[in-house]
Amino acid sequence: MSEPVDRFALLQTRERRDSVRLGSKAGHEKRTATLFDDFQDPNKLRTLAGNIKQHTLDHLDGYLEQAAERLEANGAHVHFANDAERACEIVLGVLKRRGAKRLVKAKTMVSEEVALTPFLEHHGIECVETDLGEFVVQLSRDTPSHIVKPIIHKNRKEIARTFELEGLGPYDDTPEVITRRAREFLRKKYLAADAAVTGANFVSAESGRVVLVTNEGNSRFSLAATRCHIALVGIEKLVPSDRELGVFLNLLARSGTGQQLTVYTEFISGPRAATQADGPEEMHVVFLDNGRTAALASDCREILRCIRCGACLNVCPVYRQASGHAYRSVYPGPVGAVLTPLLAGERFSEFADLPRASSLCGACHEVCPVDIPIEDLLLRLRARGKREGIESPGAPSMGGWSQVAREPLAWKAALMSGRLLRYVPERLLPPSLQAWNQHHELPAFRGGAFRSWFRTRKSKS
Amino acid sequence: MSEPTRSQPPRQVSLMATCLADAFFDDVAVATVLVLEHLGCQVSFPEAQTCCAQPAFNAGDWLAARPVARHTLSVFRDAAAVVAPSGSCARMLSHGSLLLFEGEPDLAAAEELATRSWELSDFIVNGLGVRKWPGRLSQRVLFHASCHSRGTRYATAARTLLASIAGLELVEFREAEQCCGFGGTFSVNFPGVSHEMGALKLSHASEANANVLVSADMGCLMHLDGLGKRQGAPLRTRHLAQVLRDALEGVEATA
Repeated sequence: MSEPVDRFALLQTRERRDSVRLGSKAGHEKRTATLFDDFQDPNKLRTLAGNIKQHTLDHLDGYLEQAAERLEANGAHVHFANDAERACEIVLGVLKRRGAKRLVKAKTMVSEEVALTPFLEHHGIECVETDLGEFVVQLSRDTPSHIVKPIIHKNRKEIARTFELEGLGPYDDTPEVITRRAREFLRKKYLAADAAVTGANFVSAESGRVVLVTNEGNSRFSLAATRCHIALVGIEKLVPSDRELGVFLNLLARSGTGQQLTVYTEFISGPRAATQADGPEEMHVVFLDNGRTAALASDCREILRCIRCGACLNVCPVYRQASGHAYRSVYPGPVGAVLTPLLAGERFSEFADLPRASSLCGACHEVCPVDIPIEDLLLRLRARGKREGIESPGAPSMGGWSQVAREPLAWKAALMSGRLLRYVPERLLPPSLQAWNQHHELPAFRGGAFRSWFRTRKSKS
Repeated sequence: MSEPTRSQPPRQVSLMATCLADAFFDDVAVATVLVLEHLGCQVSFPEAQTCCAQPAFNAGDWLAARPVARHTLSVFRDAAAVVAPSGSCARMLSHGSLLLFEGEPDLAAAEELATRSWELSDFIVNGLGVRKWPGRLSQRVLFHASCHSRGTRYATAARTLLASIAGLELVEFREAEQCCGFGGTFSVNFPGVSHEMGALKLSHASEANANVLVSADMGCLMHLDGLGKRQGAPLRTRHLAQVLRDALEGVEATA
C-alpha cells in the first residue's frame, strides 16, 4: 500500500511528467548558474538571509506593530485577519463600500490560500487573474501547481487548446501568439477594473513599504488603472527595514527564476499622494494569520522564513515526479509538505502524509535562500504524526526491530543464526528493509562475517 | 542546528561498522579497517554495537528510535573518535540524534558524541588532513555523493580523495544533486517515485561510460544495484573504502 503522493505520481501522463520534471530541472540549473556566477559564496548570503528572517520572526509582534503604524502613517488602511474567512470578508467589505464590481488580481498565493476568487465571484464580483500563468489556470479552471510557475505542468499545446476553447482565437501554440492574445484580453480588463488585489513579497516594518516583484508588469498595470489597491499579506512577509531588501531581492529572483532581478520591482509607500498624477487613491493592507502564529509557536517555526521562491520545488526529486497537485494544497513541494499540515490546524491529520513524501535528501535545504532546514522540519512533523497516532499506509511497525537493536546479545544472535540458517533474520533488519526486500533483490546475507574477521585478526596479532 | 565544531581527532578510532555492513557488506567494514590502519590509526570494534537508530527515527517513530540511539550513545561513550563508512549513519550521530533527544535528558550525551563522530572521508580529509591518497587504480569512476553530505563541511571530501588517486579518472555524473531514491522507508512507501528516481540515476550512469559506481553509502549502492539487476543492466558498484583499499593494493581494473 503506497502513499497518496506516490499514487498520484503514478497517474500522471508521460507528457505531464516531462513538463514538470524538465521545467523544474531547467529552473534549478538556471538558479545555480546565476547564484554561483554572481557571488563567490552564495551560501553565506543564504545564511545571512535566514538569520534576518529568523530575527524578524522572533520579534514578529514588535515588527508587525511597527509596520501597521507606519502603513497607517503612509495613508494605508491596515486590517488583521485571523483566518481565511475573515480575510475574504475584509476584502468584500472594502469592495462593497466602493461599489466595486470588477477586480484584477496580480499573482498572490495568499489569495489562493484563502480562496478569495470563488468567494468574491459568489458575491457577484468579477475576478481576473493578470499573471499569464495564473490567467491560464483561471481559464482552464485548474489550480496552480507551482509557487512561481503556476502552469509548469502544462505544455504550450495544452494552453493553446484552452485558449481556443475559451474563445481567445483559433488554435495556435506559438508562445508569442498566446502571450499577445492574453495581453489584449487583459488590457481591457485592467481598464475596466474598479480595484486591484495583490500580494506582497516583502513589507518593510521601518518604512511601511510594500514590495512587489513581477516579470510581466501586471501588478503595475493593475495599480495604474484602478482606484483601490488591496494587498493580502501573510504576517511572515515582514523584514525589519528597507536596508535588508537588498539581500532578499538579490536572492529571490536568482533562486526563483534564475534572474539577477525580476523585470519589475515595485516599492509602494501608500496610496497616491496629492503630488502624484495617478495610482490608487485608496490602499488597504490585510495581514493574514490563518495558522501562522500557531506555526510560529511550534517546533517548525523556521518554515515561516520562506520567501516563496520555489527553488525547493525545482530541485526536489519527489516534486519533479509527482507534480504540485500531488500535494493537495496551494503550497506544494518540500515547503508545502511542511507548511500545509502546519497551516491546516485541526485538520493536521489530513495532511500528515505530506512530510513523509520525501527521501529526506535535503536538496531543498541546500538551495533554500533563507536556509530553512526543511528535512529536519519534515522529521519533526513525522514524529508529530506518529505521536498523534495517525496511520501511515503500509508503514511497518518498528517495535520488534527496536527491541533487538537495543539489545546487543539479541542482535548478535540474529546476525549469527541468520547466517547459519541461510536466511535474513526478520527482526534484525529495520522493517523498512524487510519491506524493501519484497521489491528489490537483497544482497547475500553475511551476518557477523566482519565480526569474525576482526576477532580472528586480533587474536593473531 | 549547526555542525558540531571539532578539534584534530586522535588516532584511536572506534569503528561503527553500520548495520548494513554488519549484515551484508562485511568487505566494506574490512576495507575501512585497513584504510584507517594505513593512516596509522588503532582501530577497535565495540562488539555491543547494533544500529544508529535511523530507520525508526526517519519513520517518525521516535519512541522506538530513542532506546536504540541511547544504546549507541552508551556503546561509544568512551570512544575517542567514532568513524563510520556511511554518511548516513555518521549524520545520524552528528545531527539526527540531536533532534531525536531535543529536550530529553540524553541531549548532552548526544551532543558530546556528535563532536566525536565522523564519516570516513570526513575523518581522513578534514580530521587527519590527508588530501592525497597513495597507490594506484586505473579506473573511470562515477561518484554518487550521498545526500547526507549535503551542506556539510565534508561534502567534497570523498571526491578530493578519489581525484587524488593516480590513474583514477572521475567521470561527470549528470544531475549529481539528485537523490538515488533509497531513503530507507521512503523506497517502500513511495515505490513509484523511488523507482523513477533510481531509474534517472541509472540512465545517467549508463551514459557516463564508467567502470564503476562509487559512493560513501551502502544504502544508495544497494538500492541502485538492486534496481540495475532488476532492469537487467547490472552495475559494478564499490564503496569508497573499498576503492581506497584497492588503490593501496594497486589493484588494476578488472571490469
